[in-house]
Amino acid sequence: MERDTDRYRSLTRRALMLGGMQVGLLSTLVARMYYLQVLESDRYTVLADENRINMRLLAPSRGQVLDRFGVPLAVNQQNFRVVMVQEQARKIDRMLTLISEIVPLTEADWRRITREIQRKRAFVPVTVKENLTWDQVTMIEVNAPDLPGVSIEVGELRSYPYEAATAHFLGYVGAVSESELNGDPVLALPGFRIGKSGMEKFHDASLRGVAGTSQLEVNAVGRVIRELSRQEGQPGRDITLTIDIGLQQYAQDRLKEEKSAAAVVMDVHTGGIYSMASNPSYDPNLFTTGINAEAWEDLLSDPTTPLTNKVVGGQYAPGSTFKMLVALAALDSGIVGPRHTVFCPGHMDLGDHRFHCWKKGGHGTLDLVGALKHSCDTFFYDLARRIGIDRIHDMAKRFGMGQRTQLDLPSERPGLIPSRDWKQANLGKSWTQGESLIAAIGQGYVLATPLQLAVMLSRLVNGGFAVKPHLTKQIERGPAEQTAWPSLGVNKTHLDMVLQGMNAVMNQPGGTAYKMRISEAGYEMGGKTGTSQVRRITMAERSTGVLKNEQLPWRQRDHALFVGFAPLHAPRYACAVIVEHGGGGSAVAAPIARDILLEVQRRDSARGAPQLSSAVPAAEPARTAPPPGLGDKPGRIGG
Amino acid sequence: MSGDFLGHQPELSLGEKLWQINWKLILLLTAIASVGWAMLYSAANGNVDPWASRQAVRFGAGICVMVVVGLIDLRIWLRLSYPIYGVALVLLIAVEIVGEIGMGAQRWIDLGIIQIQPSEIMKIAIVLALARYFHGASLEEVGRPTFLIVPLLMVLAPVGLVMKQPDLGTALMVMMVGGAIFFLVGVRLWKFAIVLAGGAASIPVAWQFLHDYQKNRVLIFLNPENDPLGAGYHITQSKIALGSGGVAGKGYMMGSQSHLNFLPEKQTDFIFTMLAEELGMIGGTGLLLLYSLLIAYGVIIALRCRNQFGRLVGLGVSTNLFLYVFINIAMVMGLIPVVGIPLPLISYGGTAMLTVLFGFGLVMSVYIHRDVRITRRTVAGEL
Repeated sequence: MERDTDRYRSLTRRALMLGGMQVGLLSTLVARMYYLQVLESDRYTVLADENRINMRLLAPSRGQVLDRFGVPLAVNQQNFRVVMVQEQARKIDRMLTLISEIVPLTEADWRRITREIQRKRAFVPVTVKENLTWDQVTMIEVNAPDLPGVSIEVGELRSYPYEAATAHFLGYVGAVSESELNGDPVLALPGFRIGKSGMEKFHDASLRGVAGTSQLEVNAVGRVIRELSRQEGQPGRDITLTIDIGLQQYAQDRLKEEKSAAAVVMDVHTGGIYSMASNPSYDPNLFTTGINAEAWEDLLSDPTTPLTNKVVGGQYAPGSTFKMLVALAALDSGIVGPRHTVFCPGHMDLGDHRFHCWKKGGHGTLDLVGALKHSCDTFFYDLARRIGIDRIHDMAKRFGMGQRTQLDLPSERPGLIPSRDWKQANLGKSWTQGESLIAAIGQGYVLATPLQLAVMLSRLVNGGFAVKPHLTKQIERGPAEQTAWPSLGVNKTHLDMVLQGMNAVMNQPGGTAYKMRISEAGYEMGGKTGTSQVRRITMAERSTGVLKNEQLPWRQRDHALFVGFAPLHAPRYACAVIVEHGGGGSAVAAPIARDILLEVQRRDSARGAPQLSSAVPAAEPARTAPPPGLGDKPGRIGG
Repeated sequence: MSGDFLGHQPELSLGEKLWQINWKLILLLTAIASVGWAMLYSAANGNVDPWASRQAVRFGAGICVMVVVGLIDLRIWLRLSYPIYGVALVLLIAVEIVGEIGMGAQRWIDLGIIQIQPSEIMKIAIVLALARYFHGASLEEVGRPTFLIVPLLMVLAPVGLVMKQPDLGTALMVMMVGGAIFFLVGVRLWKFAIVLAGGAASIPVAWQFLHDYQKNRVLIFLNPENDPLGAGYHITQSKIALGSGGVAGKGYMMGSQSHLNFLPEKQTDFIFTMLAEELGMIGGTGLLLLYSLLIAYGVIIALRCRNQFGRLVGLGVSTNLFLYVFINIAMVMGLIPVVGIPLPLISYGGTAMLTVLFGFGLVMSVYIHRDVRITRRTVAGEL
């Protein structure tokens, strides 16, 4: 009994100790709970939400690109695609066979679908086919009861209704490349596309819009349970271009008659570009859906460079279209007076070198207007010899040559206007006078893009204002076009003389483009032809007779150029045309420019713009161009 | 000296026994089980199927078993304690053999109607066997090291077998229940110190015998961030669910982590996490309080018993419950490595519930027969 009492006391004591230990251990559990649920609660709440809340971006709708009258040039087409959820479809092969009766599936489609099904979770939809026709969509919807797990989703696909006609300035959109990822999560969205070239690229930030977000509650395997909240994004802004799509299509079609050519029409007061055509072109829609390697290779290797927008990316010796600037530089220098005449025997000798005029027999005695009219080379050799290259260079720069025009389009090239300093710096040699003579007829080192020629002409005919070209008319309700350009400070009478010369080219018998003048009553134009040599004519060849263009392979033929403006007495449109290896400017380029300028004026009157007076005698120069910003668009619809 | 006591043995009639049924005990157990049904109902997104209803049926059956066990004379349990232990040990060996034939870890014996998990039986059997062994032992005897050899083997044999299954959690529990009883009967603390030191020294050896996944669990426990998506995922997600519950919880049936399946095994081993997510620290602490009451009540019943066997059984069963609760909750909170121990009466599953209710049946028997005196000699004579 004694023993049992001892034993019981011991047991009680130990039981209490054990109980104490248990209380202690249970207290650590409570302490741990306090730590996790009170002290660290915020942290775990965040982690829990990160667990279950999946932020999904909602791709914004891309802004449209419109022409100056609001005609859509780049739109978003509904892209219907048929998708399949494998856990609902169950018998996938059977389901695909059923679908393929409505939407044909290629061997490659089957392979891709099978691969995606294996990779994705059973509840994630797999795209079976994109770009369904409306008929196919309805067929699938009608057969929905037989197609469990199959459904139609609507996405957006960029589409260019005018295809090749707009490819060069609109550019196209494409999948985001690795190097374009900049941390903006919207770029990482599957199927998201961004502007790759042209206006699509230049205005990508505006067109793109702002992505919305959707908060989804997902479970541990990522299945969406419900949408918690949704914040709609902002669709991209619409961009209105200065382009007139009717004119653009006309120009593009007109150029198709030539192997490789470019033409641009711009407003001489606003700088707005009405048309920018470059032939051959390509279908930008091919790029949105993904162009195949073979077609891409063909585009790249084509010698007529369909991928290049020749209006801004082609650099050509401007030939005689450069002569107006030489004339202006001469008059401006004061070294040559307005009544200066030169006798052209068909050539000019400088040192022991003979510089030929294009007319073998010579033009006889010519004044400045006559020299422009006949495009006499000798006359301009004479001017260049008197004033030197640097005066020509300075004048050309003032008129926008030899530098990028700051057009709102990527991939513009600068052209080249040489000077003494330029040659010294770049070639390490000093300038020779002979080179000045060559430059004066727009050959040699001189290079210009068709756009630069149009800008140069615009500045000549708008009264000497430093207009700059642009394609963007408006970004939604953004700022309107600029028209108040600074004056170039060129003497108006000098400009008038040049304009008179360009009038004579077209409208006086004997002018180099007289045969190509506008014959329709009520329409007129002025202009200047240009033919630029691509190859060097050797002395030997000259003695045996220069080969005609038709005798040469295409690549060695001369470029045909023309710059023209209309209307004659209140110039509004400037047009520059280049036909690569087309031959003579008067025969090939002039008719294109004429047709385009006629078309643009017709479109004016068709829209009810007041007929511009042609009552002013042709001989009388257009004394005053309308002040910038006023004479621009009288009564223009939608302008 | 034994004669006195034999003469005073009160023999209880069945009626007296029924009168003695401890309703407070049943009420406490039912209260805890109700919490379990509520959580299982929530785990099934507001359905009694598939868990809550079956669990209720099991609890009903378990309570019946408990009452029957409670009505059986404690002396019969004393007499049966070694055979029960023997059967449990044989079943463990059998499972080992069947397990060899089957594949991988095998813990169950399929008897057609029910599956028996011998390791669960062992949790009770070890209490009974040790209680019987130490029932007649005086403090002097307990003080003799040679006297401790047999009970040590009694503990180590099942521990070894269970470890081989492998079931680290149960092995741990059997070992700790054994240790608790050794402690209660008065084994000197320095002897525990020696065993602990020996155990610590043998860790590197024991490490070799652990399965790779068990080693992994320990390593992951030491650094859960090492494997956030693998085995560490469970414990990380459990902590997130628990921690995001806060003080008051997200509301019953509103536990996002549990219901969106971020929490694994929410109806079994990790059910406490779900409770703590939905009912917060208040709910968690409340449940701990219920368990504490049950444990304390078991201890009180044990200490009021007039025979050593009953006291040891009562304390052993209470300790058992404590170990279940502590190991499970400490595990889901990331305090100890993940071992497969359910939360008694709450986790979905029949075996653990039956074990606990069987154990508390013994406690009830201890209560009913609290005034029965059983001498050492009685035992010896009857054997």
